[in-house]
Amino acid sequence: MTKAPIFPSQWLPMLLLAALLLVPMTAVALDAHFYIGFMTRILIYALAASALNLVLGYVGLVGFGHALFVGLGAYCVSLASLYGLESAWPQLALALVSCAVVGLVTGAISLRTRGIGFIMITLAFSQMGYYVFVSLKNYGGDDGMSIAVTSQLGLGLDLGSPTPLYYATWIALAATLLWMHKVRQAPFGMALRGSRQNQARISAIGFPARRFQLIAYVVSAMVCGVAGILLANLNAYASPALMSWQLSGELIVIVVIGGMGTVFGPFLGALLFIGLEEIMKSQTEHWMLVVGPIIVLVALAGRDGVMGGLHWLDGRWTGLAASGSNRGPGPGAKVASAKGGE
Amino acid sequence: MLLLAQLLNGLQYGLLLFLLAAGLTLVFGIMSFVNLAHGSLYMMGAYIAASVANSTGNFLVGIAAALAGCLAIGMLLERVAISRLYDKDHLSHVLATFGMIMFFNELASMVWGKQPLFVAIPALLDGTVDLFGLQYPLYRFAVIVAGLAVAAGCYLMIHKTRLGMLIRAGANNTAMVGALGINIKLLNAMLFGIGAALAGLSGAVAAPILSVQAGMGEPVLIVTFVVIVIGGIGSVKGAFYSALIVGVVDTMGRAFLPLALNAVISRELADAAGPALASLLIYLLMAAVLAWRPQGLFVAKR
Repeated sequence: MTKAPIFPSQWLPMLLLAALLLVPMTAVALDAHFYIGFMTRILIYALAASALNLVLGYVGLVGFGHALFVGLGAYCVSLASLYGLESAWPQLALALVSCAVVGLVTGAISLRTRGIGFIMITLAFSQMGYYVFVSLKNYGGDDGMSIAVTSQLGLGLDLGSPTPLYYATWIALAATLLWMHKVRQAPFGMALRGSRQNQARISAIGFPARRFQLIAYVVSAMVCGVAGILLANLNAYASPALMSWQLSGELIVIVVIGGMGTVFGPFLGALLFIGLEEIMKSQTEHWMLVVGPIIVLVALAGRDGVMGGLHWLDGRWTGLAASGSNRGPGPGAKVASAKGGE
Repeated sequence: MLLLAQLLNGLQYGLLLFLLAAGLTLVFGIMSFVNLAHGSLYMMGAYIAASVANSTGNFLVGIAAALAGCLAIGMLLERVAISRLYDKDHLSHVLATFGMIMFFNELASMVWGKQPLFVAIPALLDGTVDLFGLQYPLYRFAVIVAGLAVAAGCYLMIHKTRLGMLIRAGANNTAMVGALGINIKLLNAMLFGIGAALAGLSGAVAAPILSVQAGMGEPVLIVTFVVIVIGGIGSVKGAFYSALIVGVVDTMGRAFLPLALNAVISRELADAAGPALASLLIYLLMAAVLAWRPQGLFVAKR
């Protein structure tokens, strides 16, 4: 990390993120209030996908059950408010603790397996959560439960109203992205990314690779829980459908479209994917008929995603061949150079 | 008597699961391909069987159409997309087949509408069969027999035929099989087609018991994954035994767990916890098996 020129792949997403601060004012000025909620949804998905990216992109583990934690976070709001606990902070604590505990147990079991086993088991665990909440008939069962009183932040701020929710989400996302950037270069993150390439070697140089992976899994579960709290407030609703495997799949798609293992990838992926979905939905009722094949094409095209394009732009920018070779796990991947710059 | 009936129901469910798991594990064991769209093929099988059976009035024609249709869809999918994904990693497989699920679900609801489709049990199999004094539905009994026949057929195909020999060889060393002059592309396409046809068969057989609707493939796909994980990934024998275990445990759990809980804890609590625990049972089973043997019960020989 010498004093390198600042690349487009760094300043473009940052600029975009900063520009998104203006969304609520612009939407109010243009009388297009719908867009505040819509953009909030994108930012929430970006937050959850960033959390998944810690496991999927950094460690290379295809976690197919992160919707479980989003759903848990959402129920922490609805159940708490049902029993009169309306402040956002204890709800946050509740969500963090429950996601950490569930993440620790399921992660410890799932990490005993690799590859396809890991995919199927994380999927099965999230399905388990789904069935638990479907069968809780007292709490809405299949239909889910609406949230009468949304989370109170204090100082008269209500997460149920669009603008405070938007900024809370923005802050959560920005903080997560900053943390993801820091962790990327910390020994912890280096060991995680190294263990994707060769776990035995990482263990041999003295890092407890398995324990690090478990910690990453738990942290990513907790951040997904935060996304769940925000989503519950956005919809004023929590339902088992949030734990369904479709959401997990969409999060994976978002990470891959944006660029795996990069800091800004999930953010850009969420903008692109949710945006695309929304455009398709406005055009045709059968939007999945179009989006489905597009996802197939993304899988066929490889996985550098939007960030891959930006990294290519970096090369043009400086005239150097800056290849982002430290992305993309699996058999075809190049051995990672521990390059710092994002 | 009730116990025997539920045991048979479990067996029947288990054999349906085996039809799905066998196709999935064949494809996975040999090509190392993760096919989430397997449930979609099951759904397509059910839809094709239902619409053909309803329009011709002959359920057997419906089953044949489902088999042929899914074989064709499977081979087409393999040709268009899946064959290009073999040398990529599991994530690409997951992603591509996830997209296919969206596509097929939407296609099904476009072609056949959002309302579920129903098929009558064929007249020949409508009625009951007398098993040691138990009146058991003939159709379900036929499913058990057919499932066992397919399992035996799979065993014979894998161990006694030339195709089976190639399949076993391909699982060990694909490159070497190719070097010996076997058309590996065709072999892969055929294998994927067979897997798809098994999924279609299972959908067709399930059609008269369930309601046929878009998205019906996903819940059963996830249970099939549980079967495969418990059985040991890539092992057809493991898939057979664990499908039966999962089928029986799930059915028995749903039938008897609430009753059993009733005896131990208060009625109100049991009514709430019973069904929840019953639907979790197979996942708990899976977690327990994994904690004990991460590779599954039957490790595929490599």
